[in-house]
Amino acid sequence: MAEVSTAGSGVGARVRRKEDDRLLRGRGRFVGDIALVGMKELAFVRSPVAHATITGIGIPEEHRGAVFTWADLAAGGVKPIRAVSGLPGFKVSEQPALADGKVRFVGEPVAVCVAASRAEAEDIAASVFVDYAELPVNSDMLEAVKPGAPKVHDHWPDNVFLETNVGGTIAEIAATAPVKVSRTIRTARQCMVPLEGKGVVVHWDRHVEQLVLTTSTQMPHIVRAGLSECLDLDQGLIRVVAPDVGGGFGWKGLLQPEEVVAAWIAMRLDRPVRWTEDRREHLVAAANAREHHYEITAYADERGRLLGVEADAWVDAGAYSVYPFSACLEAAQVGSILPGPYDFAHYRCRTFSVCTNKPPIVPYRGVARTGVCFAMEQMIDAVADAVGREPWQVRLENLVPPEKMPFDNVTRKHFDSGDYPESVRRAVAAIGLDGWRARQKAGEPDGRLIGVGFATCCEQSAHGTAVYHGWGIPMVPGHEQAQARITPDGGLELRVGVQSHGQSMETTFAQVAHEVLGIPLEKIKLVHGDTGLTPYSTGTWGSRSMVMAGGAVATACRTLAERLCRIGAHLMQAAGPEAVVLKDGAVTAGGAAVTVREIAHTWYRAPQLLPADVDRGGLEVTAGYKPGSDHGTFSYATHAVAVAVDPEIGQVEILDYVVVEDAGTMVNPMVVDGQIYGGVAQGVGTALYERMPYDAEGQPLASTFMDYLIPGFTEVPHVRIIHMLTPSPYTEFGVKGIGEGGAIAPPAALCNAINDALKPLGVIVTNAPMTPEVILSAIAGQRGTA
Amino acid sequence: MKAVDFDYAQPATLDAALALLSRDDVMVRPVAGSQSLGPMLNLRLAQPELLVDITRIPELQAIRREGDRLVIGACVTHARLEDGDYPDVTRGVLPSVAAVIAYRAVRNRGTIGGSLAHADPAADWVNVLTALGAEVVIAGAGGRRTVPMTGFILGVFETDLQPGEIVAEIHVPALSERARWGYCKVCRKTGEFSHATGAVLIDPARGLWRCVAGATSGKPVVIDGPALFEGGCTEAAMAAHLAGSPAADDPIALRTHTVALKRAIAQVMS
Repeated sequence: MAEVSTAGSGVGARVRRKEDDRLLRGRGRFVGDIALVGMKELAFVRSPVAHATITGIGIPEEHRGAVFTWADLAAGGVKPIRAVSGLPGFKVSEQPALADGKVRFVGEPVAVCVAASRAEAEDIAASVFVDYAELPVNSDMLEAVKPGAPKVHDHWPDNVFLETNVGGTIAEIAATAPVKVSRTIRTARQCMVPLEGKGVVVHWDRHVEQLVLTTSTQMPHIVRAGLSECLDLDQGLIRVVAPDVGGGFGWKGLLQPEEVVAAWIAMRLDRPVRWTEDRREHLVAAANAREHHYEITAYADERGRLLGVEADAWVDAGAYSVYPFSACLEAAQVGSILPGPYDFAHYRCRTFSVCTNKPPIVPYRGVARTGVCFAMEQMIDAVADAVGREPWQVRLENLVPPEKMPFDNVTRKHFDSGDYPESVRRAVAAIGLDGWRARQKAGEPDGRLIGVGFATCCEQSAHGTAVYHGWGIPMVPGHEQAQARITPDGGLELRVGVQSHGQSMETTFAQVAHEVLGIPLEKIKLVHGDTGLTPYSTGTWGSRSMVMAGGAVATACRTLAERLCRIGAHLMQAAGPEAVVLKDGAVTAGGAAVTVREIAHTWYRAPQLLPADVDRGGLEVTAGYKPGSDHGTFSYATHAVAVAVDPEIGQVEILDYVVVEDAGTMVNPMVVDGQIYGGVAQGVGTALYERMPYDAEGQPLASTFMDYLIPGFTEVPHVRIIHMLTPSPYTEFGVKGIGEGGAIAPPAALCNAINDALKPLGVIVTNAPMTPEVILSAIAGQRGTA
Repeated sequence: MKAVDFDYAQPATLDAALALLSRDDVMVRPVAGSQSLGPMLNLRLAQPELLVDITRIPELQAIRREGDRLVIGACVTHARLEDGDYPDVTRGVLPSVAAVIAYRAVRNRGTIGGSLAHADPAADWVNVLTALGAEVVIAGAGGRRTVPMTGFILGVFETDLQPGEIVAEIHVPALSERARWGYCKVCRKTGEFSHATGAVLIDPARGLWRCVAGATSGKPVVIDGPALFEGGCTEAAMAAHLAGSPAADDPIALRTHTVALKRAIAQVMS
């Protein structure tokens, strides 16, 4: 293994991002920047009702050739999207790319209209008349599971995609535990709101006889697989390209019905077509994340030491199972990850993936962890309150101690490394808890209430083969591959199947390669996000790219290094490859040196100088990689936040925010910090602002940013980050995934802080977002309405 | 979403604009800064056939002192009122309030007249100009008429403007040297529309004591007279004044409006 240094531009260096020159000058190339000759624009007719039978679709005669429905697609052989799970009892939904006789959520695509411009396509859409016979609606998951609830899928016996049961009996602990606390906890349905919405341009490339789908996606290879299944088209006839992508967060980690429709239209019309998701479509048809409900009880001893936890959890999975993650990933994950890094012996959790008349749930940054952390961390504070101790002390005593690492928790999650209690200690010190407690005691001149809250979270990344095989969904991550190729002038091309849409891979993968080969960053080019140019990959999700694709890049570069040394040794007439070293971009032996550039020149342009037994694979390698453990890595963090709550108007001001986190070895600490800042911003949104409300008819009550609030730069706190650094024993350089953690803990930390502030009033809040209405309702002694 | 197809005119004079606006053969709407109408067009909530852009009419851009009042052209932007290149007769009300309207990007284009014509109850000028006792000069094909703010705003998105009329000027009376004012709006985030607005003006020299509760479910609630300022400024007294008004739709709304008003009054009393 190469030695890790923090200087220079290799692993550990705070290098500025290569991609910023393009992106910060507005010179990126996104789907919206692409113009193809003769390109048409698409607009969708979307359902205005949550649940109805379609009794007729009226298309004006003059637009008959410009409007298509499922009948047209089905006649053309298009199949519905099927995202199955192998978990026993999973009920399969079929999602036609356009509604097939029935609509199941507001915003579901019913017909597609084609015109020269989007405005004209919308004109046509406005002229299409759809007759809906409305059906009773499931707008709340707790009602949808009751007997007699209207059925979203008629042939199912109920509205549950999947029920899971994890753990064993807990009756004995329940009967004898000195401390028992219970809570009802809920998180709201959210939109992911990437800066760039979804978008897709499709054309048939005559030259290579391929359907080319240029789409705003995190997983081009998976989109190709899904598309191939729906269109019944060989994968070799499909190329999926992700251009610059302006944020994904999960919303771009699926095969979209609109992609299927656009692909079919492009083939049918033999024309390039584009669909661009606008903000209203996103807020209405893509309100698809985070909605959890918990009935949870914690049992503890007199000191607050956890004896057991039991929970029933419901996740509103919406109307369909999305490809590839399925409708059950989130709820089933709740059951397996709820205990997190806490060391206790007794556990029972029952989960329901509930089918409702809402958009299909999609895993959003942190996936189930944000909700799970919100629930579990509230319970730690509740236990602390019950035993009269500081929450941080109870938290610290329940976390797995470092001497137990590696640690298998009660659900057999394998925690690879780290010192979780130390992250709590450092967070307590960094936030200055004593000072806040003194200020709390003194009271604020403006009558606001001060509170401090903590939350510890873990982030499993680079999920392994076994667990995904266990889910039985359409995608199982195996060995990740990367291709490394020395160019004839001594530069390096890296090709990876993951896709960078904010993760900074153009920089960080170059740093990894530089660490191994010494080639300067500016001569390293990353090619990514293109099925035509890169090895297969399940894509960028689950904080896996640096562990998996970064590991593959390092592996490929090591093989290249051996080949460079072999040729270099020959050119210098050294005794053999073991007599030379590759350092700073040159192969050296004693005082002699030959640069990578010279070796590349030899291979490509002066092959007569090569040794007879040269490796015929040349200076191009595709290597596969898997970490030493199939359980992935665990990064973790403790968030500490101080707030002032205005009890008169229910508003919360964040006064200080500290994140103590352990990402293992950081390839680029600036990039890690960026992930944390961005994640915390989204976590603050989950905690205080973001909620898509629905009425009883399943109508979304927000459709613009006037109604759907997201935090802006004045609402996002200045986050102080403190790094711990425990390398993973299982990965290249000891890296761990870090893409999601920032978004996991903020709702929990803020909830605990708000409840700390409200303590003198004797009330608590347990639902996110913690809006003024929720806080004022709690203070008024009413039940929170959110 | 994209707007429907519409024609667009940019007349250079008020008369030309009014002539276009009085056409009854097409659906016509005036537009100034487009900060409210723009989104409505794109969401197809407004589908005019002709849009008359009134921002290039010089007289609607002017600010001038006229005796004991400031005359502000309807197309003066919030940003200009914030930046203050005019004789402010309001002891800081105009620039201070302008500075907290939405975001600077909105203020750069949004206009005072447009804000009033749109009549969103949460809009700053709707409530502040009511507190200041301002008057609105309305221009139409038939001439001009002047309406006090209390008669101009009639409800949610509802004004005294008749078809073919536009806001031409806003007349703001000068405050005396002893005048004091307070302003508090409750927003969940910077730039967000207010959930409860309290605007307060006392100018004893002119016999003025006015409290306005805005961002209600109706027109601004005006409480005139010194009662609220004379020791009777309790939450109970305020709540009593607001009871039954559009500020009291539910207990939490009433509470928030009471607090906004209380905090605005506190600024005056301090």
